[in-house]
Amino acid sequence: MTHRPQPVAQPFWTPGVLVMLALMIAAGVTLVVRYTYGLSAVTNLNNHYPWGIWIGLDVASGVALAAGGFTTAFLAHILGRHYYEAVTRPALLTAALGYTFVALAVFFDIGRSWAIWKVVIYQNHTSALFEVAMCVMTYVTVLWIEFIPVLAEKLGHKIRLLAFLDRILDKTMWVFIILGVVLSCMHQSSLGTLMVIAPTKTSPLWATPLQPLLFLTSAFAVGYPMVVVETTIATSSLKLESEMNVLTPLSRITILLLGVYLFLKVGDLIWRGAYATLLDGSAQSGSFLVEVGLGVILPWVMLLFPAVRRSRRLLFTAALLIVSGVMLNRFNVFVVSFKAPYATSPYYPAIGEILVTAGSVAAIFFLYRLFVTWFPVLSAQRQEVSR
Amino acid sequence: MPITRRSFLAALGIAGATAAAPKNAEAWQSKAPPDPYGCLVDLTRCVGCRKCEQACKEVNDLPEPAIKFDDLTILDVKRRPDQNAFTVINRYYSGRIDDRDKLVPTFVKVQCMHCQDPACASACITGALSKKENGAVHYDVDKCIGCRYCMAACPFEIPAYEYDRPVLPRVRKCTFCFERISKEGGKPGCASICPVEAITFGKRSELLGQARERIKGDPGKYNDHIYGEREVGGTSWMYISNVDFGKVGFQALPTRPMPQTTETIQSGLFSYLWSPLALFGVLGAVMGYTSRKHDKEDGHDA
Repeated sequence: MTHRPQPVAQPFWTPGVLVMLALMIAAGVTLVVRYTYGLSAVTNLNNHYPWGIWIGLDVASGVALAAGGFTTAFLAHILGRHYYEAVTRPALLTAALGYTFVALAVFFDIGRSWAIWKVVIYQNHTSALFEVAMCVMTYVTVLWIEFIPVLAEKLGHKIRLLAFLDRILDKTMWVFIILGVVLSCMHQSSLGTLMVIAPTKTSPLWATPLQPLLFLTSAFAVGYPMVVVETTIATSSLKLESEMNVLTPLSRITILLLGVYLFLKVGDLIWRGAYATLLDGSAQSGSFLVEVGLGVILPWVMLLFPAVRRSRRLLFTAALLIVSGVMLNRFNVFVVSFKAPYATSPYYPAIGEILVTAGSVAAIFFLYRLFVTWFPVLSAQRQEVSR
Repeated sequence: MPITRRSFLAALGIAGATAAAPKNAEAWQSKAPPDPYGCLVDLTRCVGCRKCEQACKEVNDLPEPAIKFDDLTILDVKRRPDQNAFTVINRYYSGRIDDRDKLVPTFVKVQCMHCQDPACASACITGALSKKENGAVHYDVDKCIGCRYCMAACPFEIPAYEYDRPVLPRVRKCTFCFERISKEGGKPGCASICPVEAITFGKRSELLGQARERIKGDPGKYNDHIYGEREVGGTSWMYISNVDFGKVGFQALPTRPMPQTTETIQSGLFSYLWSPLALFGVLGAVMGYTSRKHDKEDGHDA
């Protein structure tokens, strides 16, 4: 079976795209205010709650959800399961866009955006954040390098540099593919280390030294479900054939990966005795129960049934639950779990923070659509055309 | 994705070399300075005059407060240090009563504790925060990128931030009057002005001795607890009291230094980059193996 990725022959400007554009503009205006009057003008951040949804969602969830990139690269290119190559390009594009916006979210959140380069010069090796920053910086570069062949396929004859780079990469791409997986493993886990330094300020439900391993295994587990979600949305909105022949076997692997994560997650909770606070009716325990119950256990049980794995709708539902569960996990770890001992009121995201987050997501969808319209990313055939 | 024979062998070589590398980093070691300065605050002596707040403002060139320093009604609400005030005095009624059945207030000075192994300095992405030999946790604005991880990490919730400055926001906190104490005989502004000697400045080891003597000298008065001696591995600012610390705004904190777990994880995983290199080697080997197998199946020569 051969895959021939090709540009999607669909009109680009649709009502959905216009909505995305509107959200992007709203986010842009918010950012102008942020850079004119400071973070306090558009965020609810304060001395008690220094990190909000720009870190908890845009960065932490963004990094996790870009895991489809390295997990599919591992499967198709490193394990040599070329059968799955149909989904590597869209997963790569999702990862490249996702990480680019992770970097942007950090850029907007830090007070001294113009000083972001200082991380490269003044390195503090005890800081988990330093490790995350260096990996993300390098990985964004690696992802766009991995994307060069796609760009060259379309523009190589026009832009000589692209064709040249593509030829060099032909022999060396394996280095970047492996590097991509290594860097992913490094920063996915280090992201989990971040809040371990504040055990007294975080809920015992998530405050565990095992957090780096939990972040890593959940990134493994969410990789293929993210591919399922992204492919299903793309193929249905672009009216392409669903790629169930690839997605169904991918979801079988997820049973194992999600199972390992669930085992570690529950084992850790029991080992530390932290389940004691599970039914205390607090917002934290509620959010934990939703995260694990609806985000891990339910989809895991669903995937056990072959009928679910073969049904487009049910598989999409299960995958969406897993994706939401991991997103909620990151949000829980960085926002819900955080207890400021001296705060007089809790943190809720301000409208400005929500606008920037929504605008970033819209921009990712917008650019994804732009790329698949212009460049050979998707392999799925148009529905009308029979093979 | 062809892999050449040479690159495949190189990958195998890396895998072999890293397998031989030491896997365990040494056990975690405190980086606390051995003989730092400190301050001992005696809560039984403080009268809540707020002279320390005023001295702090003058020494550190902080903005004029909205409510004057001699206006003590401000003590009716609990305050926290912020970007415009590096130290504040709070008043608590712990339930203690005097001979005339009146509630006795306890005044508590709040500022950066200058931990021996500070979470903020360990977390700081660029090393803008660092623990100095003289005991101060020092902030270098030129390295700061404004990520505010120090604020998330600090167990005492001390670092404050200039959220309203779009261009040059700074992390703000008690400096321990770094410049002043670096000079011979220099004291922090608050310690030098205190009219009732509630704040004693000196070597941390000597202050601990003094604190123990005061507790031993009047066991009926003092509780047998020096807050900051062991909390989060020890702090340069320490407190003794005649009321339960939990009743006057102090948290019960573990004696384990905050950075110990994360630094152990970080160095265990990344010292000499052994784990990424090993992973790279293993993945390279796997990839080489599968691509050769694939080539053979396709009927090509490897």
